[in-house]
This record gives sequence, structure tokens and C-alpha cells, in this order.
Amino acid sequence: MGIVVMDPGPLTLIEDLGRRGSAELGLSPSGALDRKSLMLANALLGNAPGAPGLEVLLGGLRLRFVTGTSVAVTGAEGRVTVNGADIDVNQAVRVPPGAVMAFAPPAFGIRYYLAVSGGIAAPSLLGSCSADLLSGEGPPPLKAGDSVALARDNGSAGSPGAAVPPMAQLPAPDVFRRVFRRAPDPDSPITLRVDRGPRADWFDDASLRRLTGQFWTMSPESNRIGARLLGRPLRQNRTDELPSEGAVLGALQVPPSGLPTVFLADHPVTGGYPVIAVVRRSDLDLLGQARPGQRIRFLGAIGA
Amino acid sequence: MVPYGDSAFLVELPDLAAVIAFYRGLLGAGSAGRPQGVVDVVPAARTVLVTFDPDVLPPSDVLAWLSAAEPDHSAAESGRTVDIPVAYGGPDLAEVARILRTTEADVVSRHTGAHWTAAFAGFAPGFVYLVTDGEQLTVPRRSTPRTAVPAGAVGLAGEFSGVYPRSSPGGWQLIGTTTAVLWDSARPEPALIRPGDTVRFREA
Repeated sequence: MGIVVMDPGPLTLIEDLGRRGSAELGLSPSGALDRKSLMLANALLGNAPGAPGLEVLLGGLRLRFVTGTSVAVTGAEGRVTVNGADIDVNQAVRVPPGAVMAFAPPAFGIRYYLAVSGGIAAPSLLGSCSADLLSGEGPPPLKAGDSVALARDNGSAGSPGAAVPPMAQLPAPDVFRRVFRRAPDPDSPITLRVDRGPRADWFDDASLRRLTGQFWTMSPESNRIGARLLGRPLRQNRTDELPSEGAVLGALQVPPSGLPTVFLADHPVTGGYPVIAVVRRSDLDLLGQARPGQRIRFLGAIGA
Repeated sequence: MVPYGDSAFLVELPDLAAVIAFYRGLLGAGSAGRPQGVVDVVPAARTVLVTFDPDVLPPSDVLAWLSAAEPDHSAAESGRTVDIPVAYGGPDLAEVARILRTTEADVVSRHTGAHWTAAFAGFAPGFVYLVTDGEQLTVPRRSTPRTAVPAGAVGLAGEFSGVYPRSSPGGWQLIGTTTAVLWDSARPEPALIRPGDTVRFREA
């Protein structure tokens, strides 16, 4: 039953739309880094928007489907095959029992999302099945030989609060539905809108201008906890220590190095460095697809 | 109240006591609870972060909720009380007694006699910084942190006490061990202690 992992690639995780209200317990929101792509994959299959799927970093994943089902791949773009034949992304595809599905390294973006009809079944913690790499809570990264259960086989909805419609309401698997959505071009800069952060006044005017006035580069040390940025450092105009305070998804926290980190889904719930700006929630999906070396520009009025 | 992006506010307060009173006023027994659309309420040392879903609740309604909150300065027992049995005798108990110029038995009696308040979470799920009135147990961190502190270790650092929910590196002075499980992801309420709770330690 379900899906057997032949090779997990560099990092494949079970993710849904994350936890809400867990920060006061010290737990990150977690969830898919490119939420719209997971929601799109689910929509293509008639799943609830937050049904758990797989987040596949940089391809390399190979799966054997013991159970036949419908799937949709979204997010990054690259060569994805079923039994050696290319399949299209952003489209519902039927996978027969026994089929092998393989993900090549993507040409655009870095995270594929794989949704299966009815969603993946995984234990829920505080309303979410998402893996959280900071705390180690939620399902661990997939390993070769793991079995991934399908919620449909288990007769469960996978994630409480994300009811999966019964089989009869799902579109017939042979109804091809396709949408057009591109992962970002690795050779073009991406633009992220920002709002002023709570500690913008800790920075001099030149630094506030520099945040939006220069191109930043995505560091290869970025992960699900934060997107680390390289560029001309920002300078604080204060030297006192900030007592740790709650931090939000998208916060641009600036350590003494002057190089900001954008907090992503598995971010610490508090931080002790000043937050100069906050990336708009709806632009974080794009950042979740930015490749190491990708240029990033911030857009917004964060001056006093 | 400082805007924090488009879906959060940071409430700045003078000290930790004010944070606890504000947090209890917002969400404690005497409050109406959090409105639909408020996602997280995260207390910290001098601030309370409130995040919300602007599609469900407009920022003006969040501000109105925050402005209407009456700080709850009532006695510590106003919240939930969590009882933690401790086998005292951790590796730093003697050192703590020396720093405080008292006996080990007196350190234990101060620790079990105090009403601790869960101020805020941090560093690992289930870890909560506990504070109490007075400075009878204020000690510095260890000069050299341990590479591994076992789960259930009860420690002191600065004005705080706390219990390690899992094995991790740590620099707190360890004065005992509890069998209480601070975090269990299989429980419907995984965290044993939540911010705002009262904690009492007793000798096991």
C-alpha cells in the first residue's frame, strides 16, 4: 500500500500549510515554503488546500507507487518521469500501480511539490503533519526504504481541519487540468515587497536605503529556517543588546555581521537581533524557490 | 504598539512582570480569550508579539483588542498550576549553595517554596522560562556550558528556573531531575507548561 521511497534525494519532507498558534509553545509554524505551489497541486487533484504533500528539494527523489493514484507536481520545473516517460508539471497525472516516479534536478526553482489524490497520511501535531527541521518535530525527512501512506488508503483525512472530499467528489483521473505558473528564472532577480520592521530605527538612513537600493544574493547556506543574504552589510546605529522578542515569518533579522536573514517556515519563534523589515507573506513563496546565487531585490518604503 | 509587517503588532512593555500581567490580561481566566483571526500571542522578556490573519481580522480590530486588555497583576495562583516533582541533588546543587552562601537544603527549600510563573517559551518546544518574586535563587550561568544536559534536568540561570524538555547542550546550573514529561508530541496538549501557568516544584 502507499508509496515506497527508493531514493529520497538531498531532502524530501512531508509538509502541509503548517501549525497555527504554536509559537507561544516554542514551535515554529513550519509548513511548505512555497505554499501556493502546494495549494495548487492539491487543487489540481480536488484535495483540501492544506492536504499534506511532499516538498522535494533539488530533485533526486525516486518513488515506487504500490498503489495507483493521481498525482500533481508543482513548484520547481525540471524533468519528472513516470516509468521513464516525461510528465508535465502543474497538471493532474494518473500513476499506475507499480510505477516508478523520478525527479531530476530542476532547471527553475529548487522545490518541487508532489500532491497525491486525497493527500499523504502522517501523524498530526498541533493540527499539522509538517516536518519542522529546527525542532525536529513532525515526520522526519524521508529515507530510502520508507513507506509513505496515502490518506485515502487509511480512510483518514491526514490533517485535522483539512477534510478531504470523498472519492465521488473528486474529478475523474483522466480529466487533464493544467495551469501555467512558472518557477522563478534563476538568471533573473526576484523582487520581494517589504514593510518596515519593528526595529528599523536601529539602523542608519544609509542602511535603510541600502536594503532596498542594492541587489542581494541568496547564500548557499540558506535553508528552511532562514534565507541568508549576501551583499554590502547594513550598519546598526545602536550597540546595546536587544532582549529576545517574538519574530514573524518573513522577518529580516540583522545580526552584527550586517547581513540579513529572512525567517522562513522553520524559523525560531524568538530572536535577539533587530528586525529591519518584513517580507510580505504573499511574496515568501517566491523566496522559497530562490536558488543559491539568485539575486534578490526588496521593494518598499521602510524609511522613517 | 509597534507594527510588525502587515500581519503582526509588537507590544512593548517596561519589564517581564508587565509582560506576564499583559499576557494574562489578554488570554487569562478573566479574559474573553483570543478573537477569531488572532494566530499567535508570543510573550518574551519585554514584549508580546501578536500575529493575525488580516483576511479574517482587520488590524484595527486587533489594536482595539490589545488596547482594551486590562493587565492582570493578581496573585500567581490565578492561572493553571502545574506540579513538578523533583529529585534534588543535581551536579551543580553544591555550587549554587556556595554562590548563594547557604546550604543545599536551603536551596531546595527556596526552590520548592517559591511560586514560579511561566513567562515565555524558548529554545526547544516545551521549554519555558520560569520566574518568581525576589532574587533568592538568582545565580549566573555556568562559565562552561555542558555539551549534553539530560531531559528532565531542573536548572537555574539568572533570574530563571526551567526544566530541559529534551537532551541538549546547556549552561544552566543543574539542581535536580524530574520524571515529568515537559513535551510529548503524542499528547493532545504536548506542552506540560504554557506561558501564564503557575509552577510549583516539590521534593520527590
